[in-house]
Amino acid sequence: MAAVKRYRVYVTLKPQLLDSAGRTVRDALNSLGFDDVQNVRIGKLIEIEAQAADRSAVEEMCRKLLANPVTEEFEIEEVEG
Amino acid sequence: MKAAIVQIPGSNCDQDALFGLRGLGIETEYVWHASDTLTGFDLVVIPGGFTYGDYLRCGAIAARAPVMDAVRQFAEGGGPVIGICNGFQVLIEAGLLPGALLPNVGQRFLCRTVHIKAVNRESLWTQACEKPLAMPIAHNEGRYVAEEETLKRLSQENRIAFVYCTPTGEVTEEANPNGSVQNIAGVLNERGNVLGMMPHPERAILQELGSTDGRCLFDAFAHAHAT
Repeated sequence: MAAVKRYRVYVTLKPQLLDSAGRTVRDALNSLGFDDVQNVRIGKLIEIEAQAADRSAVEEMCRKLLANPVTEEFEIEEVEG
Repeated sequence: MKAAIVQIPGSNCDQDALFGLRGLGIETEYVWHASDTLTGFDLVVIPGGFTYGDYLRCGAIAARAPVMDAVRQFAEGGGPVIGICNGFQVLIEAGLLPGALLPNVGQRFLCRTVHIKAVNRESLWTQACEKPLAMPIAHNEGRYVAEEETLKRLSQENRIAFVYCTPTGEVTEEANPNGSVQNIAGVLNERGNVLGMMPHPERAILQELGSTDGRCLFDAFAHAHAT
């Protein structure tokens, strides 16, 4: 059987946009005593398994559905094995 | 005049919209998301809710439903479309309206009455909205954002439909419930026939329910029905 292809897609909020969830988590970390934490940003990790999709197909998935180009950026990582 | 309320799995303001529009004397029917036609309808409402559990992003999955191709065609033909709350998120994700809606700045689900006022006074949707309007909001992701260039265009093309304001109509930071840029509560497409907004006009139709300020948005259609 042919090995499936695995990808990790990281979707993150554009840096210039306020991440309100990240800010809340930063505040919580500060209140737990992690005083040196200045910034927290939260993104999504989407794992994809496919028979044949190459990187350009995954890019198309990101553009069409997985990421919102107005607010988000994405990075694709192919996972070995 | 016949209105369609688009039902998508997870819509939960569909009944409010049906009740509100029928209350205004507008013939109204549901249309299921798997439908690929809106033939016979003169007005389309994408109601609020949590379509597909807000998975991935609010409205992202619903925006790819079969009915949205029909909504796009309907809008391109100049047909009036309103997306309320999650319906606004769906229209944005479908590319029918610009910008994006992010989690509220306060990280809280907001469920209360706010005041908004129409900035554009020329569209079918906003022409009858004279004074500041009291109506409910109920959302977690209502912080409107857009790129600088988009904001400039919205302003230049008179496409900001509504802004959050005080009861007397002042646009202040305090009156902005969710951190939306420029207090924006609703925007129009280029042609002015497609409106998306976070507040719920369909829940402000009857005095018994707290406000009738939502009626003015549907004046043009209720009037069309009467004649």
